[in-house]
Amino acid sequence: MVKSVLSVNHQGLTDWLIQRVSAIVMTIYSLGLLAYLVVQSEMDYTAWHALFSHGWMKLATLLFILCLLFHAWVGMWTVFTDYIKPFLLRFILQLIVFLSLVSFFFASLLILWGV
Amino acid sequence: MQFSIYRYNPETDKEPYMQEYQLDTEANNCYMVLDALLAIKNVMDDTLTLRRSCREGVCGSDGMNINGKNGLACTTHLSTLKEPIVIRPLPGLPVIRDLVVDMTQFYKQYESVKPYLQNSDPAPAKERLQSPEERTKLDGLYECILCACCTSSCPSYWWNPEKFVGPAGLLQAYRFVADSRDTQTNERLANLTDPFSLFRCRGIMNCVDVCPKGLNPTKAINQLKELMLEEAV
Repeated sequence: MVKSVLSVNHQGLTDWLIQRVSAIVMTIYSLGLLAYLVVQSEMDYTAWHALFSHGWMKLATLLFILCLLFHAWVGMWTVFTDYIKPFLLRFILQLIVFLSLVSFFFASLLILWGV
Repeated sequence: MQFSIYRYNPETDKEPYMQEYQLDTEANNCYMVLDALLAIKNVMDDTLTLRRSCREGVCGSDGMNINGKNGLACTTHLSTLKEPIVIRPLPGLPVIRDLVVDMTQFYKQYESVKPYLQNSDPAPAKERLQSPEERTKLDGLYECILCACCTSSCPSYWWNPEKFVGPAGLLQAYRFVADSRDTQTNERLANLTDPFSLFRCRGIMNCVDVCPKGLNPTKAINQLKELMLEEAV
C-alpha cells in the first residue's frame, strides 16, 4: 500500500491548516465589523444591540470565537512544546489553557444569546 | 584588526571565554576571515582550533558565527566586517573545542529524510533520463554543502534538535520530492506530517538570511507543505 499523508500522524498538517483557515475567517469577520463601525454614523447601545440581535450575527461571532479559540490552542500548544520541557509542568499549563478556552466558549455563548 | 574569539577546551577550561587578538591583516595577506584565523593560529596561538578544508566555500567545513551572523569564514570578506570581529562557534550545537562543534544531531536529521534517490521501477538499460525542464526544478536545491549555517541559526532547531529536521534537511527532503526520477514522494511527504519534523518551521527565514550559497530553504519548506495539502484534499 502506498503511504499517504493522511494514513500517518498528520497532526502537524492539521494544526497548520487550522491556523491558516482560522486566520482567514478572523480577518474577514474583523474587516466586516470594522466596515460596519465606519459606515454606522451613530454608535450607541441600541445600534449595537440591534446588530447582535440578528441570528446571523450571533452565528458569525460564534464562528469567529471558535476560530480564535482553535487558533489560540494551536499557538499555545506550539509555544509550550517549544519552551516548557518538563512534562508535568507542560501538562498543567496546557490543562489551564485548555480549560480557559473551553470556559471562554461557554461564556461567549451565554453573552451572545443573552442579547 | 581586532578579533574576539570564543575559546573553550573542555580538558583545561571550566567554562568558555572570549580571547582578544590584534592581527596585522595586511602584513599577513589576509582578505577573508579564514585567512585571519589561520594567521592567528600559525603566527600567534597554535592552540586555536577550527575546521577548514577547501577554503573556497565548497566543502562547508568552516561554518561559524561571525559578528553575530552564521557564515563561512572562507567566503566572508574582512572588509565587510565591523571591528572587533567577534567569532563564535555555530550556535545551538554542542562545542567540542573552540570553534569546532559536534554535528552528529545535524547529520542524523539529514539522514532522516533519506537524502538519496529512491526508485521502485525496474532499472533501465542505461540511465534514468530527465528532461531539461525536470532538471531545472533541482536548481537551488542540490547546491547545499551541509555547512549547517542555516540549521544552527534556526530557533525551532535550537529548541527541538531531536524532533525538528531543520532547514538543511528539509531542503534536501524537497530536493528528492522534486526529482522526477524519485518514486517515493508520498512516503517522503507522509514522514513529515507530524507536528515537529517539518511544521515546527515558523517561517522566520533566518536560514535564507545566512545561507552562504544563497539558497532558500523556507521556499522548499513551503512547497513541501503545499504538496502535502494537495495530497490530503
